[in-house]
Amino acid sequence: MTVAAGVRASILVFVVALLQAGVVSSTFVFGGAPDLLLVVVVALGLLRGSIPGAVFGFAGGLVVDLVTLDTLGVTSLVLTLAGFWAGRYGETTGRGRQLAPALAVGVITVLAAIFGLVLHYMLGDAVVAHQALVTTLIPELLLNLLLAYPVFWLVRKVVGERFVAKPAAEVELVV
Amino acid sequence: MPRQRSARSAALGVTVRRMPTTPLSQRSAGALRRRLVIGGLVLLALVLITLSFRSSQGGSMSGVQSAGATVLRPFAVGVARVVQPFRDAYDWTDSLFHARSDAARLRAENQRLRQEAIQNQFAARENAFLRKQLHFVSGKTFPRDFTYVSATLLGRPSAAFEQAIVIAAGSGSGVRVNDPVITPDGLVGLVTRVTSGSARVQLLTDPEAAASAVDARTRATGIVRHARGTRDTLVLDRVRKEDVVRQGDKVVTAGWSANGLSSVYPKGIPIGEVTSVGNSDINPFKQVQVDPYVDFGALDAVLVLVPKSRTSSR
Repeated sequence: MTVAAGVRASILVFVVALLQAGVVSSTFVFGGAPDLLLVVVVALGLLRGSIPGAVFGFAGGLVVDLVTLDTLGVTSLVLTLAGFWAGRYGETTGRGRQLAPALAVGVITVLAAIFGLVLHYMLGDAVVAHQALVTTLIPELLLNLLLAYPVFWLVRKVVGERFVAKPAAEVELVV
Repeated sequence: MPRQRSARSAALGVTVRRMPTTPLSQRSAGALRRRLVIGGLVLLALVLITLSFRSSQGGSMSGVQSAGATVLRPFAVGVARVVQPFRDAYDWTDSLFHARSDAARLRAENQRLRQEAIQNQFAARENAFLRKQLHFVSGKTFPRDFTYVSATLLGRPSAAFEQAIVIAAGSGSGVRVNDPVITPDGLVGLVTRVTSGSARVQLLTDPEAAASAVDARTRATGIVRHARGTRDTLVLDRVRKEDVVRQGDKVVTAGWSANGLSSVYPKGIPIGEVTSVGNSDINPFKQVQVDPYVDFGALDAVLVLVPKSRTSSR
């Protein structure tokens, strides 16, 4: 990742984290709010690899935790793992697949919700599993899926892609 | 053979994605770096969680978080201000979608609250009445030889000429015919019919009803009965002309007993207040009008007086 791409990605994650903490998380549609930051981190992971995904996930989560005065590190941990997993998926089986953004966003949204619930439960917070995993998760999942491709397109425009398509250097004909 | 390569792609000359060929040592170094980064970040997050969770309010971690939040606050406010018009637009559109359902919900809520307000008014009134009743039955003016059965009003006979009520207490509660019925305000009437769960009470305003009464101040005696041609007014009849009765005097039940017999009404129950006193040459008695203390048209609940002798013998 070039320095310029890193700076652009940092600004993007910073702004999206502030947006997520201040605006998006309180914009309820059908009973749930989208997680724009998670979608951006997943897109970064898919496009730039597991290490950038994890690093930007950690940084974005830290900003959210600071702004919302939540327990420091909780959102960072969730988004670090989300970015890393998205990155690993992009580096291996998901690379070049059209459905990769939707699949990654869908699976990681569900896993992040479950992991977040477990973390908060372990920290002794009052959590209602039905509300976290059913009432708000289903609309959040749908909204995240709706955002997946536009965000993926935007992130690709801003930070570029690590694995670019190259013309075939050699061709082997099998008869 | 690599997956992306095919005869078709070669023939069409399209681009295929190729894994960058990297030496084995470089690949393992990349994997190690990846593991180190993710491990470090997870560890850092766990350290942050632990410190943040364990530090008390005003502790070092709290200070760090507070400082961080302070630094980020201008940016957060700036972003919120930039986004606010869009958010307002969204809220406005959203409110349009919800306006119809909101109106229906608010109408239903309004109706429910109105019903609750009416119920509360009734409850408050009932509460005040029951307090008054409790105060009365535990007070000194309550007849000593009697206990009471509290009963709510079940209904009134529909005919206008019948001055009676039906109450929700009957023989099952120990109520018998000729038991006096009162409220904390004063005398109501007499039980005239009883079933197991209800009883009919003849009001003092019934033309057939009568009660021996006395002027509480002068001890002038007479009989209280309904004044003909009026709705709720009573007269104190059979008061001798030489007895002194004045306007404003209180009239109470006389309550007598002789030769093992006693009046149905116990002594000293308030009936009403004298509103006018008249004399005529042709009438051997005074004409005394009494305004009853009890509002017979607004009875909600009453007390049936039951002799203690009956309850002790049961």
